[in-house]
Amino acid sequence: MGEYSIQELTSIFAMQGFAGLSLFSVLLLMALGLAIIFGQMGVINMAHGEFMAVGAYTTYLMSVISETYFPWFTQYYFLFAIMASFFIAGILGYLTEFILIRHLYKRPLDTLLATWGLSLIMQQTFRSLFGAREVSPTLPDWLMGSYQPTDSIYIPINGMFVLGLTAVVTIGVYILMYRSNWGLAVRATTQNRIMSGAVGINTKKIDRLTFALGCGIAGIAGAAFTTIASTGPTSGSLYIVDTFMVVVFGGAASLFGTIASAFTIAQAQSILEFFISGSMAKVLTLLTLVIILMMRPEGLFSIKVRK
Amino acid sequence: MNFLYERFLGGKNGAIGLAILAILILIILPASLDLFRLNMVGKYLTYAFVAVSLVLLWGYGGILSLGQGVFFGLGGYCMAMFLKLEASDIESTSIQSTPGIPDFMDWNQLTELPWFWVPFHSFSFTLFAVIAVPAIFAFIIGYSMFKRRVGGVYFAIITQVIAVIITVLIVGQQGYTGGINGITDLKTIHGWDIREDSAKYILYFINAFLLFGVILISRFILTSKFGRLLLAMRDKEDRVRFSGYDVSNFKIFIFCVSAVIAAIGGAMFTLQVGFMSPSFVGIVPSIEMVIYAAVGGRMSLIGVVYGTLLVNSGKTIFSETFPELWLFLMGGLFIAVVMFFPNGLAGIWDKYGKPHLDRIPKPKFLSSAKALISNKNASSVKDSK
Repeated sequence: MGEYSIQELTSIFAMQGFAGLSLFSVLLLMALGLAIIFGQMGVINMAHGEFMAVGAYTTYLMSVISETYFPWFTQYYFLFAIMASFFIAGILGYLTEFILIRHLYKRPLDTLLATWGLSLIMQQTFRSLFGAREVSPTLPDWLMGSYQPTDSIYIPINGMFVLGLTAVVTIGVYILMYRSNWGLAVRATTQNRIMSGAVGINTKKIDRLTFALGCGIAGIAGAAFTTIASTGPTSGSLYIVDTFMVVVFGGAASLFGTIASAFTIAQAQSILEFFISGSMAKVLTLLTLVIILMMRPEGLFSIKVRK
Repeated sequence: MNFLYERFLGGKNGAIGLAILAILILIILPASLDLFRLNMVGKYLTYAFVAVSLVLLWGYGGILSLGQGVFFGLGGYCMAMFLKLEASDIESTSIQSTPGIPDFMDWNQLTELPWFWVPFHSFSFTLFAVIAVPAIFAFIIGYSMFKRRVGGVYFAIITQVIAVIITVLIVGQQGYTGGINGITDLKTIHGWDIREDSAKYILYFINAFLLFGVILISRFILTSKFGRLLLAMRDKEDRVRFSGYDVSNFKIFIFCVSAVIAAIGGAMFTLQVGFMSPSFVGIVPSIEMVIYAAVGGRMSLIGVVYGTLLVNSGKTIFSETFPELWLFLMGGLFIAVVMFFPNGLAGIWDKYGKPHLDRIPKPKFLSSAKALISNKNASSVKDSK
């Protein structure tokens, strides 16, 4: 580290820190969806990364369509692409729950295998439809460029946009889960399914919508993902393990825990990456997480639930 | 004799199944396939070790490990390290800047053999390491997880993360492990060339006999009191705990056993295929190995061998002819097995095949002989009293 001056080091920390924030945004968006599905329903969705890819490909498709047919729309399509990603991924999630997941609630380990199978099918579908090469949408001009607070610090605008989007979605999820009647019903179902049914909550419908919501948020994560990296058929599966770690480390069913752990993991990985090789940064981060989880299996912030 | 028959072979049904499998693997396949295809079957059979280990761990223990590839890889890498050291003696590596070390180390500017490679000069140490390294590693993981009652889904996720860590580590530390290409160009064991045709036949049969040995030992474990406890733990863990058993010790034990079985498969893989690479360690191969067990039937030691053979032959046939279709099929297989055939091929056989078999009338003398034996036993019991 000796060859860097103090000022350079600060800049490196600032920029790597911001790169970490972008990673944090995508991880958090992915993890929010997963935390809802895993935390509230106890279902392991191995295809979650592919739902993210659905969002990313939707954004790409919207970009191509608006470029070819409606050139005037290219400045604005991105906002609509986010919504479209949410709905398309959400509808696919709804169907998945209806066709596959609902038969397997009693067998969580089997759900894991079935959704892994689903993820293989979805990956191959992407490959057949969009080709094996990575694609990326044309971003509107207002997302390009970077903001430069000092001479040596560059902060990309798309990163800031994604960060803002993440904040909006997180607050939205918070309001939906903790301040709405629907969220109350979801949390009641988590705590005691039978009693919730007895007081008149349609638990099956709640399950289906919860799963759809989780997948929809993964779709938004996909739209955000396109601004910082290009999308390939296997992009989703690259993030799935990290995302699971975020959820488990943060303590399932804890929104604050998910945010805190996504932040820690993304920052640790991104700052370490600059000083040691990327692979070793990943190994160190994951190893630390596994060791912490071995000492505290319930995660950082866990709600005490009666099993 | 009766003890051995019941405990190792699993009674009449187990013995018949094992005999049919033995005829298929030891006689029909070697007689009908050419060496290239037979070598491939041998490769699949090394995966069957992992599938058998999953029967113990997942089918009976209810513990789903998504990191069995790690143990397969550990066994394979131990064997590969020995073979690589023998293949890179001073004469054949004289063009390197440091002769006598494996070529990939030389490419990565290493000038001496790392300390953990040194003991692998000895073949007996290697055989010991194939068993011991995965067992110790599994013990560390199992001890720290099961003692804290981490189980079910969490265990699956954490083993998966361990698989990622090991893969990234192997790929990243190229100078010590050979990186993404793995350890290649393996040639001889004490001068015996493993690439020759005769060696391939011999290794195939060694592999097959080891597999049968592993199945017999697994059957012995499962028919013991421990096997029954394992099932009880899977279904009602708390009750077993309240009955005064230390559940975690049993889980650690079965995890270590399954790790060793997977590692033996890995070592045989290296010997038969001639290389070892991180592509057999990560999440994808580990989960694929779970599907072999699921297709064969997670409760059947013999079924999983058929499952492994079937899925792998399917994979080979389809990826040769329609590579795009294979992933669809594989994905569909995962879903179909889980949703419609949770007990896999063995379940289908039990439901449709076995009733027909049982309906075949037995020869009379068998039942009379049986009656004779049981009378004799009964009288001897009386006498001893």
